[in-house]
Amino acid sequence: MTAEHVLFFVFGAVSLIGAISVISFRHPIYSALSLIVTFFAQAGLFVLLGAHFVAAVQVIVYAGAIMVLFLFVIMLLNLGTLPAKSALTGKLKGIAVVFGILLAAEIIFIAINAMNDTKVGSETTIEAATAFAENSVTTYDIGELLFSKYLLPFEITSLILLAALIGVIVLVKRENQAEN
Amino acid sequence: MEIDILQQIVIPIIKILFIVHLLIIGVMAMIWSERRVSGWIQDRLGPNRVGPQGLLQPIADGIKFLFKEDLIPNHVDKPLYVLAPAMLLIPAMITIAVVPFGNEITIGGLDPIQLVIADINIGILYILAITSLGVYGVVIGAWASNNKYSLLGGLRSSAQMISYELTLGLAIIGILMLSESLSLRTIAIEQGSNPWQWNFMIHFPAFLAFTTAMFAETNRLPFDLAEAEQELVAGYHTEYSSMKFAIFFMAEYMNMIVGSAVVVTLFLGGWHFFGLENIGGPIWSGVISFAIFFVKTGVFLFVFIWVRWTLPRFRYDQLMNFGWKFLLPVAFTSIVVTGTLWFVTKGSRLWIGIGNLVAAFIVVSIVAGIMAIDNNKSVVQSAPAAPLRGLDAIE
Repeated sequence: MTAEHVLFFVFGAVSLIGAISVISFRHPIYSALSLIVTFFAQAGLFVLLGAHFVAAVQVIVYAGAIMVLFLFVIMLLNLGTLPAKSALTGKLKGIAVVFGILLAAEIIFIAINAMNDTKVGSETTIEAATAFAENSVTTYDIGELLFSKYLLPFEITSLILLAALIGVIVLVKRENQAEN
Repeated sequence: MEIDILQQIVIPIIKILFIVHLLIIGVMAMIWSERRVSGWIQDRLGPNRVGPQGLLQPIADGIKFLFKEDLIPNHVDKPLYVLAPAMLLIPAMITIAVVPFGNEITIGGLDPIQLVIADINIGILYILAITSLGVYGVVIGAWASNNKYSLLGGLRSSAQMISYELTLGLAIIGILMLSESLSLRTIAIEQGSNPWQWNFMIHFPAFLAFTTAMFAETNRLPFDLAEAEQELVAGYHTEYSSMKFAIFFMAEYMNMIVGSAVVVTLFLGGWHFFGLENIGGPIWSGVISFAIFFVKTGVFLFVFIWVRWTLPRFRYDQLMNFGWKFLLPVAFTSIVVTGTLWFVTKGSRLWIGIGNLVAAFIVVSIVAGIMAIDNNKSVVQSAPAAPLRGLDAIE
Protein backbone atom coordinates (compact mmCIF):
# COMPACT_ATOMS: atom_id res chain seq x y z
CA MET A 1 0.00 0.00 0.00
CA THR A 2 1.71 3.14 -1.18
CA ALA A 3 0.47 6.65 -0.55
CA GLU A 4 -1.11 6.63 -4.01
CA HIS A 5 -3.18 3.57 -3.12
CA VAL A 6 -4.48 5.15 0.04
CA LEU A 7 -5.30 8.39 -1.75
CA PHE A 8 -7.05 6.50 -4.52
CA PHE A 9 -9.38 4.81 -2.07
CA VAL A 10 -9.98 8.06 -0.18
CA PHE A 11 -10.87 9.98 -3.33
CA GLY A 12 -12.91 7.06 -4.66
CA ALA A 13 -14.89 6.80 -1.44
CA VAL A 14 -15.49 10.55 -1.24
CA SER A 15 -16.61 10.67 -4.84
CA LEU A 16 -19.03 7.76 -4.31
CA ILE A 17 -20.43 9.20 -1.10
CA GLY A 18 -20.87 12.55 -2.83
CA ALA A 19 -22.62 10.94 -5.78
CA ILE A 20 -25.02 9.05 -3.54
CA SER A 21 -25.75 12.17 -1.52
CA VAL A 22 -26.65 14.05 -4.70
CA ILE A 23 -29.67 11.82 -5.21
CA SER A 24 -30.54 11.14 -1.59
CA PHE A 25 -30.65 14.69 -0.20
CA ARG A 26 -34.16 16.12 -0.30
CA HIS A 27 -32.98 19.68 -0.73
CA PRO A 28 -31.58 20.86 -4.11
CA ILE A 29 -28.89 23.08 -2.52
CA TYR A 30 -27.48 20.15 -0.57
CA SER A 31 -27.58 18.02 -3.70
CA ALA A 32 -25.66 20.64 -5.66
CA LEU A 33 -23.04 20.91 -2.92
CA SER A 34 -22.64 17.12 -2.87
CA LEU A 35 -22.06 17.21 -6.61
CA ILE A 36 -19.26 19.73 -6.05
CA VAL A 37 -17.67 17.36 -3.53
CA THR A 38 -17.82 14.61 -6.16
CA PHE A 39 -16.15 16.84 -8.75
CA PHE A 40 -13.40 17.56 -6.26
CA ALA A 41 -12.76 13.92 -5.54
CA GLN A 42 -12.61 13.26 -9.26
CA ALA A 43 -10.09 16.06 -9.71
CA GLY A 44 -8.06 14.27 -7.05
CA LEU A 45 -8.26 11.03 -9.05
CA PHE A 46 -7.06 12.90 -12.15
CA VAL A 47 -4.06 14.18 -10.19
CA LEU A 48 -3.23 10.61 -9.17
CA LEU A 49 -3.23 9.71 -12.87
CA GLY A 50 -0.74 12.50 -13.53
CA ALA A 51 -3.29 14.54 -15.48
CA HIS A 52 -2.80 17.77 -13.55
CA PHE A 53 -4.20 19.95 -16.30
CA VAL A 54 -7.41 17.95 -16.52
CA ALA A 55 -7.76 18.10 -12.74
CA ALA A 56 -7.40 21.88 -12.69
CA VAL A 57 -9.83 22.30 -15.57
CA GLN A 58 -12.29 19.99 -13.84
CA VAL A 59 -12.30 22.25 -10.80
CA ILE A 60 -12.32 25.53 -12.77
CA VAL A 61 -15.07 24.56 -15.20
CA TYR A 62 -17.34 22.27 -13.21
CA ALA A 63 -16.87 23.19 -9.55
CA GLY A 64 -15.99 26.83 -10.16
CA ALA A 65 -18.28 27.91 -12.97
CA ILE A 66 -21.10 25.52 -13.84
CA MET A 67 -22.08 24.60 -10.29
CA VAL A 68 -22.10 28.25 -9.25
CA LEU A 69 -24.68 28.86 -11.96
CA PHE A 70 -26.65 25.84 -10.74
CA LEU A 71 -26.69 27.18 -7.19
CA PHE A 72 -27.62 30.56 -8.57
CA VAL A 73 -30.67 29.16 -10.35
CA ILE A 74 -31.72 27.07 -7.36
CA MET A 75 -31.51 30.12 -5.12
CA LEU A 76 -33.34 32.35 -7.60
CA LEU A 77 -36.20 29.90 -8.00
CA ASN A 78 -36.19 29.37 -4.23
CA LEU A 79 -36.85 25.66 -4.55
CA GLY A 80 -37.99 24.17 -1.28
CA THR A 81 -37.34 20.75 0.16
CA LEU A 82 -38.80 17.94 -1.89
CA PRO A 83 -41.54 15.88 -0.23
CA ALA A 84 -40.22 12.84 1.56
CA LYS A 85 -42.31 10.59 -0.66
CA SER A 86 -40.67 9.63 -3.93
CA ALA A 87 -41.68 11.75 -6.91
CA LEU A 88 -41.32 8.72 -9.14
CA THR A 89 -44.73 7.18 -9.74
CA GLY A 90 -46.39 5.04 -12.36
CA LYS A 91 -44.68 5.06 -15.74
CA LEU A 92 -41.68 7.02 -14.51
CA LYS A 93 -40.91 4.32 -11.98
CA GLY A 94 -40.94 1.66 -14.69
CA ILE A 95 -38.58 3.66 -16.89
CA ALA A 96 -36.27 4.30 -13.95
CA VAL A 97 -36.12 0.60 -13.14
CA VAL A 98 -35.32 -0.32 -16.77
CA PHE A 99 -32.51 2.23 -17.07
CA GLY A 100 -31.18 1.35 -13.64
CA ILE A 101 -30.88 -2.30 -14.63
CA LEU A 102 -29.21 -1.33 -17.91
CA LEU A 103 -26.64 0.84 -16.14
CA ALA A 104 -25.94 -1.82 -13.53
CA ALA A 105 -25.44 -4.38 -16.30
CA GLU A 106 -22.98 -2.06 -18.05
CA ILE A 107 -20.96 -1.52 -14.90
CA ILE A 108 -20.80 -5.25 -14.18
CA PHE A 109 -19.79 -5.94 -17.78
CA ILE A 110 -16.96 -3.38 -17.64
CA ALA A 111 -15.81 -4.64 -14.26
CA ILE A 112 -15.67 -8.26 -15.49
CA ASN A 113 -13.78 -7.18 -18.61
CA ALA A 114 -11.28 -5.25 -16.57
CA MET A 115 -10.81 -8.20 -14.21
CA ASN A 116 -10.03 -10.48 -17.13
CA ASP A 117 -7.67 -8.04 -18.85
CA THR A 118 -5.54 -7.25 -15.85
CA LYS A 119 -5.43 -8.81 -12.48
CA VAL A 120 -6.31 -5.88 -10.25
CA GLY A 121 -3.62 -5.15 -7.67
CA SER A 122 -1.00 -7.37 -9.33
CA GLU A 123 2.54 -6.08 -9.75
CA THR A 124 2.11 -5.48 -13.47
CA THR A 125 -0.91 -3.22 -13.08
CA ILE A 126 0.81 -1.16 -10.41
CA GLU A 127 3.87 -0.85 -12.64
CA ALA A 128 1.76 0.12 -15.60
CA ALA A 129 -0.07 2.73 -13.55
CA THR A 130 3.20 4.17 -12.25
CA ALA A 131 4.68 4.30 -15.72
CA PHE A 132 1.54 5.99 -16.97
CA ALA A 133 1.70 8.58 -14.22
CA GLU A 134 5.36 9.27 -14.94
CA ASN A 135 4.72 9.87 -18.64
CA SER A 136 2.00 12.24 -17.56
CA VAL A 137 0.29 14.34 -20.16
CA THR A 138 1.50 17.89 -19.69
CA THR A 139 -0.33 21.06 -20.57
CA TYR A 140 2.16 21.46 -23.41
CA ASP A 141 1.19 18.12 -24.94
CA ILE A 142 -2.51 18.90 -24.69
CA GLY A 143 -2.02 22.29 -26.32
CA GLU A 144 0.03 20.84 -29.13
CA LEU A 145 -2.56 18.16 -29.88
CA LEU A 146 -5.47 20.61 -29.67
CA PHE A 147 -3.92 22.99 -32.18
CA SER A 148 -2.61 20.41 -34.65
CA LYS A 149 -4.21 16.99 -34.77
CA TYR A 150 -7.54 17.94 -33.20
CA LEU A 151 -7.81 21.48 -34.58
CA LEU A 152 -11.04 20.83 -36.49
CA PRO A 153 -12.95 19.20 -33.60
CA PHE A 154 -11.66 21.96 -31.34
CA GLU A 155 -12.95 24.70 -33.64
CA ILE A 156 -16.27 22.92 -34.17
CA THR A 157 -16.75 22.65 -30.40
CA SER A 158 -16.15 26.37 -29.99
CA LEU A 159 -18.63 27.10 -32.79
CA ILE A 160 -21.27 24.96 -31.10
CA LEU A 161 -20.77 26.84 -27.86
CA LEU A 162 -20.97 30.15 -29.70
CA ALA A 163 -24.21 29.06 -31.39
CA ALA A 164 -25.69 28.18 -28.00
CA LEU A 165 -24.71 31.59 -26.64
CA ILE A 166 -26.26 33.43 -29.57
CA GLY A 167 -29.36 31.28 -29.27
CA VAL A 168 -29.83 32.25 -25.64
CA ILE A 169 -29.45 35.95 -26.42
CA VAL A 170 -31.92 35.77 -29.31
CA LEU A 171 -34.51 33.97 -27.19
CA VAL A 172 -34.23 36.47 -24.34
CA LYS A 173 -34.40 39.45 -26.71
CA ARG A 174 -37.52 38.13 -28.39
CA GLU A 175 -39.25 37.71 -25.04
CA ASN A 176 -38.36 41.30 -24.18
CA GLN A 177 -39.81 42.65 -27.40
CA ALA A 178 -43.01 40.68 -26.96
CA GLU A 179 -43.50 42.31 -23.58
CA ASN A 180 -42.98 45.78 -25.04
CA MET B 1 17.30 8.24 4.81
CA GLU B 2 17.49 10.79 7.59
CA ILE B 3 18.18 13.55 5.12
CA ASP B 4 15.23 12.38 3.05
CA ILE B 5 12.85 12.78 5.97
CA LEU B 6 14.29 16.21 6.66
CA GLN B 7 14.00 17.30 3.03
CA GLN B 8 10.61 15.85 2.27
CA ILE B 9 8.69 16.21 5.51
CA VAL B 10 10.30 18.53 8.04
CA ILE B 11 11.20 21.38 5.70
CA PRO B 12 7.79 21.51 3.95
CA ILE B 13 6.09 21.51 7.35
CA ILE B 14 8.30 24.39 8.49
CA LYS B 15 7.48 26.30 5.29
CA ILE B 16 3.74 25.71 5.71
CA LEU B 17 3.73 26.73 9.37
CA PHE B 18 5.76 29.82 8.59
CA ILE B 19 3.52 30.97 5.76
CA VAL B 20 0.22 30.22 7.47
CA HIS B 21 1.28 32.09 10.60
CA LEU B 22 2.59 34.93 8.51
CA LEU B 23 -0.80 35.10 6.78
CA ILE B 24 -2.69 35.26 10.06
CA ILE B 25 -0.35 37.87 11.51
CA GLY B 26 -0.64 39.67 8.17
CA VAL B 27 -4.41 39.77 8.57
CA MET B 28 -4.03 41.39 11.97
CA ALA B 29 -1.53 43.87 10.61
CA MET B 30 -3.87 44.63 7.71
CA ILE B 31 -6.83 45.30 9.99
CA TRP B 32 -4.73 47.70 12.01
CA SER B 33 -3.23 49.43 8.98
CA GLU B 34 -6.57 49.69 7.19
CA ARG B 35 -8.02 51.59 10.11
CA ARG B 36 -4.96 53.74 10.62
CA VAL B 37 -4.53 54.51 6.92
CA SER B 38 -8.20 55.30 6.50
CA GLY B 39 -7.89 57.63 9.45
CA TRP B 40 -4.88 59.26 7.86
CA ILE B 41 -6.64 59.60 4.48
CA GLN B 42 -9.71 61.14 6.13
CA ASP B 43 -7.59 63.37 8.37
CA ARG B 44 -8.57 61.78 11.66
CA LEU B 45 -6.69 59.62 14.14
CA GLY B 46 -7.99 56.08 13.90
CA PRO B 47 -7.51 53.57 16.73
CA ASN B 48 -4.47 54.62 18.81
CA ARG B 49 -5.35 53.66 22.38
CA VAL B 50 -4.51 49.94 22.71
CA GLY B 51 -0.75 49.57 22.80
CA PRO B 52 1.73 51.85 21.04
CA GLN B 53 0.07 53.54 18.04
CA GLY B 54 -2.93 51.25 18.60
CA LEU B 55 -0.92 48.24 17.41
CA LEU B 56 -2.68 45.88 19.80
CA GLN B 57 -6.12 46.89 18.54
CA PRO B 58 -6.56 43.75 16.37
CA ILE B 59 -5.79 41.57 19.40
CA ALA B 60 -8.38 43.45 21.43
CA ASP B 61 -10.86 42.99 18.59
CA GLY B 62 -10.04 39.29 18.42
CA ILE B 63 -10.60 38.84 22.15
CA LYS B 64 -13.88 40.67 21.85
CA PHE B 65 -15.03 38.40 19.03
CA LEU B 66 -13.97 35.28 20.93
CA PHE B 67 -15.90 36.17 24.06
CA LYS B 68 -19.07 37.30 22.34
CA GLU B 69 -22.00 34.93 22.45
CA ASP B 70 -22.03 32.71 19.37
CA LEU B 71 -25.53 33.44 18.16
CA ILE B 72 -27.24 31.23 15.60
CA PRO B 73 -30.63 32.65 14.57
CA ASN B 74 -33.57 30.25 14.57
CA HIS B 75 -34.53 30.73 10.94
CA VAL B 76 -31.21 29.77 9.37
CA ASP B 77 -30.23 26.54 7.66
CA LYS B 78 -27.90 25.44 10.41
CA PRO B 79 -25.35 23.09 8.73
CA LEU B 80 -24.68 25.44 5.82
CA TYR B 81 -24.78 28.51 8.05
CA VAL B 82 -21.93 27.06 10.11
CA LEU B 83 -20.05 25.79 7.07
CA ALA B 84 -20.10 29.01 5.01
CA PRO B 85 -17.38 31.02 6.82
CA ALA B 86 -14.97 28.12 6.46
CA MET B 87 -15.83 27.79 2.78
CA LEU B 88 -14.65 31.34 2.30
CA LEU B 89 -11.58 31.19 4.53
CA ILE B 90 -10.08 27.91 3.32
CA PRO B 91 -9.78 28.81 -0.39
CA ALA B 92 -8.26 32.15 0.65
CA MET B 93 -5.68 30.30 2.72
CA ILE B 94 -4.65 27.45 0.43
CA THR B 95 -4.07 29.65 -2.62
CA ILE B 96 -0.78 30.76 -1.08
CA ALA B 97 0.61 27.22 -1.44
CA VAL B 98 1.85 27.80 -4.99
CA VAL B 99 3.04 31.39 -4.62
CA PRO B 100 6.85 31.61 -4.42
CA PHE B 101 7.73 33.96 -1.58
CA GLY B 102 11.44 34.12 -2.33
CA ASN B 103 14.17 32.49 -4.38
CA GLU B 104 15.98 29.70 -2.53
CA ILE B 105 18.02 29.14 0.58
CA THR B 106 20.97 26.76 0.86
CA ILE B 107 21.75 25.63 4.38
CA GLY B 108 24.75 23.44 5.12
CA GLY B 109 25.10 20.40 2.89
CA LEU B 110 21.43 20.22 2.00
CA ASP B 111 19.91 20.78 -1.41
CA PRO B 112 18.76 24.34 -2.06
CA ILE B 113 15.39 24.91 -0.42
CA GLN B 114 12.98 26.64 -2.77
CA LEU B 115 10.95 29.25 -0.96
CA VAL B 116 7.58 28.00 -2.14
CA ILE B 117 5.34 25.43 -0.49
CA ALA B 118 4.54 23.54 -3.70
CA ASP B 119 6.01 24.43 -7.07
CA ILE B 120 3.50 22.53 -9.19
CA ASN B 121 3.57 22.79 -12.96
CA ILE B 122 0.01 24.10 -13.20
CA GLY B 123 0.45 26.80 -10.56
CA ILE B 124 -1.63 29.46 -12.27
CA LEU B 125 -4.48 27.09 -13.05
CA TYR B 126 -4.46 26.02 -9.42
CA ILE B 127 -4.84 29.64 -8.35
CA LEU B 128 -7.69 30.22 -10.81
CA ALA B 129 -9.39 27.01 -9.68
CA ILE B 130 -9.18 27.83 -5.98
CA THR B 131 -10.18 31.48 -6.48
CA SER B 132 -13.27 30.39 -8.34
CA LEU B 133 -14.31 28.40 -5.26
CA GLY B 134 -14.29 31.41 -2.96
CA VAL B 135 -17.70 32.43 -4.28
CA TYR B 136 -19.34 29.42 -2.58
CA GLY B 137 -18.67 30.78 0.88
CA VAL B 138 -20.48 34.01 0.01
CA VAL B 139 -23.37 32.35 -1.82
CA ILE B 140 -23.96 29.61 0.74
CA GLY B 141 -23.64 32.02 3.65
CA ALA B 142 -26.13 34.33 1.99
CA TRP B 143 -28.62 31.59 1.26
CA ALA B 144 -28.32 29.81 4.61
CA SER B 145 -28.98 33.08 6.47
CA ASN B 146 -32.54 32.94 5.11
CA ASN B 147 -32.71 36.71 4.94
CA LYS B 148 -33.66 38.85 1.94
CA TYR B 149 -30.78 41.25 2.28
CA SER B 150 -28.27 38.46 2.67
CA LEU B 151 -29.62 36.68 -0.39
CA LEU B 152 -29.51 39.85 -2.47
CA GLY B 153 -25.91 40.40 -1.40
CA GLY B 154 -25.02 36.83 -2.25
CA LEU B 155 -26.63 36.99 -5.70
CA ARG B 156 -24.90 40.26 -6.50
CA SER B 157 -21.57 38.98 -5.39
CA SER B 158 -21.81 35.72 -7.31
CA ALA B 159 -22.78 37.55 -10.52
CA GLN B 160 -19.88 39.91 -9.98
CA MET B 161 -17.37 37.18 -9.23
CA ILE B 162 -18.37 35.09 -12.25
CA SER B 163 -18.10 38.13 -14.52
CA TYR B 164 -14.71 39.26 -13.28
CA GLU B 165 -13.23 35.77 -13.09
CA LEU B 166 -13.18 35.71 -16.89
CA THR B 167 -10.98 38.79 -17.00
CA LEU B 168 -8.80 37.36 -14.25
CA GLY B 169 -8.17 34.23 -16.30
CA LEU B 170 -7.74 35.88 -19.69
CA ALA B 171 -5.44 38.69 -18.55
CA ILE B 172 -2.67 36.28 -17.60
CA ILE B 173 -2.60 34.41 -20.91
CA GLY B 174 -0.20 36.96 -22.41
CA ILE B 175 2.25 36.23 -19.60
CA LEU B 176 1.91 32.51 -20.09
CA MET B 177 2.70 32.92 -23.78
CA LEU B 178 5.96 34.75 -23.09
CA SER B 179 7.18 32.69 -20.15
CA GLU B 180 6.00 29.39 -21.68
CA SER B 181 5.20 27.96 -18.28
CA LEU B 182 2.32 27.69 -15.85
CA SER B 183 4.57 27.46 -12.81
CA LEU B 184 4.64 30.66 -10.80
CA ARG B 185 8.28 30.13 -9.85
CA THR B 186 9.33 29.92 -13.48
CA ILE B 187 7.28 33.03 -14.29
CA ALA B 188 8.98 34.92 -11.47
CA ILE B 189 12.44 33.78 -12.58
CA GLU B 190 11.72 34.66 -16.22
CA GLN B 191 11.08 38.30 -15.37
CA GLY B 192 14.67 39.26 -14.59
CA SER B 193 16.10 41.72 -12.11
CA ASN B 194 15.18 45.16 -13.39
CA PRO B 195 11.74 46.80 -13.27
CA TRP B 196 11.63 47.36 -17.03
CA GLN B 197 11.90 43.60 -17.56
CA TRP B 198 8.93 42.84 -15.37
CA ASN B 199 5.62 41.77 -16.82
CA PHE B 200 3.71 44.90 -15.89
CA MET B 201 5.81 46.82 -18.42
CA ILE B 202 5.24 44.26 -21.17
CA HIS B 203 1.56 43.65 -20.41
CA PHE B 204 0.50 46.95 -18.91
CA PRO B 205 -3.20 46.82 -20.01
CA ALA B 206 -3.46 43.21 -18.84
CA PHE B 207 -1.88 44.25 -15.54
CA LEU B 208 -4.53 46.92 -15.03
CA ALA B 209 -7.31 44.53 -16.03
CA PHE B 210 -6.01 41.79 -13.74
CA THR B 211 -5.62 44.12 -10.78
CA THR B 212 -9.09 45.57 -11.24
CA ALA B 213 -10.62 42.12 -11.57
CA MET B 214 -8.81 41.09 -8.41
CA PHE B 215 -10.31 44.02 -6.52
CA ALA B 216 -13.70 42.79 -7.68
CA GLU B 217 -12.91 39.21 -6.63
CA THR B 218 -12.05 40.31 -3.12
CA ASN B 219 -15.33 42.27 -2.87
CA ARG B 220 -13.52 45.44 -1.91
CA LEU B 221 -14.61 48.97 -2.67
CA PRO B 222 -15.32 50.14 -5.35
CA PHE B 223 -16.75 46.66 -5.96
CA ASP B 224 -18.35 45.91 -2.60
CA LEU B 225 -21.95 45.80 -3.83
CA ALA B 226 -22.33 42.47 -2.04
CA GLU B 227 -22.26 44.26 1.30
CA ALA B 228 -23.38 47.74 0.37
CA GLU B 229 -24.45 48.83 3.84
CA GLN B 230 -26.81 51.59 2.73
CA GLU B 231 -28.83 49.12 0.69
CA LEU B 232 -28.32 45.67 2.18
CA VAL B 233 -27.53 46.17 5.90
CA ALA B 234 -24.33 44.15 5.63
CA GLY B 235 -25.03 41.88 2.67
CA TYR B 236 -24.20 38.22 2.91
CA HIS B 237 -22.92 38.34 6.50
CA THR B 238 -25.84 40.27 8.00
CA GLU B 239 -26.90 37.32 10.17
CA TYR B 240 -23.42 36.43 11.35
CA SER B 241 -22.00 37.49 14.68
CA SER B 242 -19.00 36.89 16.94
CA MET B 243 -16.31 34.55 15.62
CA LYS B 244 -18.24 33.52 12.50
CA PHE B 245 -18.36 37.12 11.40
CA ALA B 246 -14.68 37.45 12.31
CA ILE B 247 -13.89 34.56 9.95
CA PHE B 248 -15.66 36.33 7.07
CA PHE B 249 -13.68 39.41 7.98
CA MET B 250 -10.38 37.51 8.10
CA ALA B 251 -11.12 35.82 4.79
CA GLU B 252 -11.50 39.20 3.10
CA TYR B 253 -8.11 40.37 4.31
CA MET B 254 -6.50 37.04 3.58
CA ASN B 255 -7.84 37.24 0.03
CA MET B 256 -6.27 40.66 -0.28
CA ILE B 257 -2.88 39.46 0.95
CA VAL B 258 -2.85 36.41 -1.29
CA GLY B 259 -4.09 38.46 -4.24
CA SER B 260 -1.30 40.99 -3.73
CA ALA B 261 1.25 38.19 -3.53
CA VAL B 262 -0.08 36.77 -6.81
CA VAL B 263 0.08 40.15 -8.55
CA VAL B 264 3.63 40.71 -7.30
CA THR B 265 4.65 37.29 -8.62
CA LEU B 266 2.92 37.58 -11.98
CA PHE B 267 3.44 41.21 -12.87
CA LEU B 268 5.85 42.92 -10.47
CA GLY B 269 8.87 40.67 -10.77
CA GLY B 270 8.38 38.45 -7.73
CA TRP B 271 11.44 38.62 -5.50
CA HIS B 272 13.59 40.56 -8.01
CA PHE B 273 14.74 44.10 -7.36
CA PHE B 274 17.75 45.52 -9.26
CA GLY B 275 19.82 42.44 -8.58
CA LEU B 276 19.64 43.06 -4.84
CA GLU B 277 18.36 39.50 -4.41
CA ASN B 278 21.66 38.05 -5.62
CA ILE B 279 24.01 39.66 -3.09
CA GLY B 280 24.95 37.87 0.10
CA GLY B 281 25.77 34.23 0.60
CA PRO B 282 23.56 31.22 -0.05
CA ILE B 283 21.54 31.95 3.09
CA TRP B 284 21.35 35.72 2.99
CA SER B 285 20.35 35.96 -0.68
CA GLY B 286 17.34 33.80 0.17
CA VAL B 287 16.41 35.94 3.12
CA ILE B 288 16.84 39.13 1.09
CA SER B 289 14.70 37.75 -1.76
CA PHE B 290 11.98 36.98 0.77
CA ALA B 291 12.30 40.48 2.24
CA ILE B 292 11.94 42.04 -1.23
CA PHE B 293 8.84 39.98 -1.92
CA PHE B 294 7.43 40.89 1.49
CA VAL B 295 7.96 44.61 0.95
CA LYS B 296 6.48 44.53 -2.56
CA THR B 297 3.39 42.72 -1.29
CA GLY B 298 3.09 45.26 1.52
CA VAL B 299 3.27 48.18 -0.88
CA PHE B 300 0.59 46.63 -3.05
CA LEU B 301 -1.60 46.07 0.01
CA PHE B 302 -1.29 49.76 0.75
CA VAL B 303 -2.65 50.43 -2.76
CA PHE B 304 -5.62 48.22 -1.85
CA ILE B 305 -6.43 50.38 1.17
CA TRP B 306 -5.71 53.58 -0.71
CA VAL B 307 -8.18 52.67 -3.47
CA ARG B 308 -10.84 51.68 -0.97
CA TRP B 309 -10.80 55.06 0.75
CA THR B 310 -10.53 57.03 -2.49
CA LEU B 311 -13.11 55.64 -4.92
CA PRO B 312 -16.88 55.57 -4.39
CA ARG B 313 -18.90 52.44 -5.03
CA PHE B 314 -20.01 51.48 -8.55
CA ARG B 315 -23.67 51.25 -9.45
CA TYR B 316 -24.72 47.74 -10.45
CA ASP B 317 -25.10 48.45 -14.18
CA GLN B 318 -21.80 50.34 -14.18
CA LEU B 319 -20.18 47.33 -12.59
CA MET B 320 -21.46 44.96 -15.26
CA ASN B 321 -20.70 47.38 -18.11
CA PHE B 322 -17.19 47.92 -16.84
CA GLY B 323 -16.48 44.23 -16.46
CA TRP B 324 -17.94 43.01 -19.72
CA LYS B 325 -17.39 45.97 -22.04
CA PHE B 326 -14.02 47.31 -20.92
CA LEU B 327 -12.00 44.79 -18.94
CA LEU B 328 -12.89 41.72 -20.99
CA PRO B 329 -12.09 43.32 -24.39
CA VAL B 330 -8.81 44.63 -22.96
CA ALA B 331 -7.89 41.14 -21.78
CA PHE B 332 -8.79 39.64 -25.17
CA THR B 333 -6.78 42.32 -26.98
CA SER B 334 -3.78 41.53 -24.87
CA ILE B 335 -3.95 37.88 -25.92
CA VAL B 336 -4.31 38.62 -29.63
CA VAL B 337 -1.66 41.36 -29.71
CA THR B 338 0.87 39.45 -27.61
CA GLY B 339 0.46 36.35 -29.75
CA THR B 340 0.68 38.20 -33.05
CA LEU B 341 3.64 40.38 -32.12
CA TRP B 342 5.46 37.45 -30.54
CA PHE B 343 5.20 35.70 -33.88
CA VAL B 344 6.03 38.75 -36.04
CA THR B 345 8.88 40.25 -34.02
CA LYS B 346 10.32 36.93 -32.83
CA GLY B 347 9.51 37.65 -29.22
CA SER B 348 10.74 41.24 -28.85
CA ARG B 349 9.52 42.35 -25.42
CA LEU B 350 9.75 46.04 -26.36
CA TRP B 351 7.43 45.75 -29.36
CA ILE B 352 5.00 43.56 -27.49
CA GLY B 353 4.85 46.13 -24.70
CA ILE B 354 4.23 49.04 -27.09
CA GLY B 355 1.74 47.04 -29.16
CA ASN B 356 -0.23 46.07 -26.07
CA LEU B 357 -0.53 49.67 -24.93
CA VAL B 358 -1.59 51.00 -28.34
CA ALA B 359 -4.07 48.20 -28.99
CA ALA B 360 -5.67 48.53 -25.56
CA PHE B 361 -6.00 52.27 -26.05
CA ILE B 362 -7.71 51.77 -29.43
CA VAL B 363 -10.09 49.12 -28.08
CA VAL B 364 -11.08 51.17 -25.06
CA SER B 365 -11.66 54.24 -27.26
CA ILE B 366 -13.89 52.26 -29.61
CA VAL B 367 -15.96 50.84 -26.75
CA ALA B 368 -16.26 54.24 -25.09
CA GLY B 369 -17.28 55.77 -28.42
CA ILE B 370 -19.98 53.18 -29.02
CA MET B 371 -21.31 53.65 -25.49
CA ALA B 372 -21.36 57.42 -25.88
CA ILE B 373 -23.33 57.14 -29.15
CA ASP B 374 -25.79 54.75 -27.49
CA ASN B 375 -26.25 57.12 -24.58
CA ASN B 376 -26.92 60.04 -26.94
CA LYS B 377 -29.51 58.05 -28.84
CA SER B 378 -31.44 57.17 -25.72
CA VAL B 379 -31.32 60.79 -24.57
CA VAL B 380 -32.58 62.13 -27.91
CA GLN B 381 -35.42 59.67 -28.28
CA SER B 382 -35.98 59.56 -24.54
CA ALA B 383 -37.13 56.01 -25.09
CA PRO B 384 -38.30 54.20 -21.95
CA ALA B 385 -35.62 51.88 -20.73
CA ALA B 386 -36.23 48.22 -21.42
CA PRO B 387 -37.83 46.49 -18.43
CA LEU B 388 -35.17 45.08 -16.16
CA ARG B 389 -34.97 41.37 -16.16
CA GLY B 390 -33.19 38.68 -14.22
CA LEU B 391 -30.49 40.04 -11.99
CA ASP B 392 -31.17 43.65 -12.72
CA ALA B 393 -34.74 43.19 -11.59
CA ILE B 394 -33.60 41.91 -8.22
CA GLU B 395 -31.18 44.69 -7.83
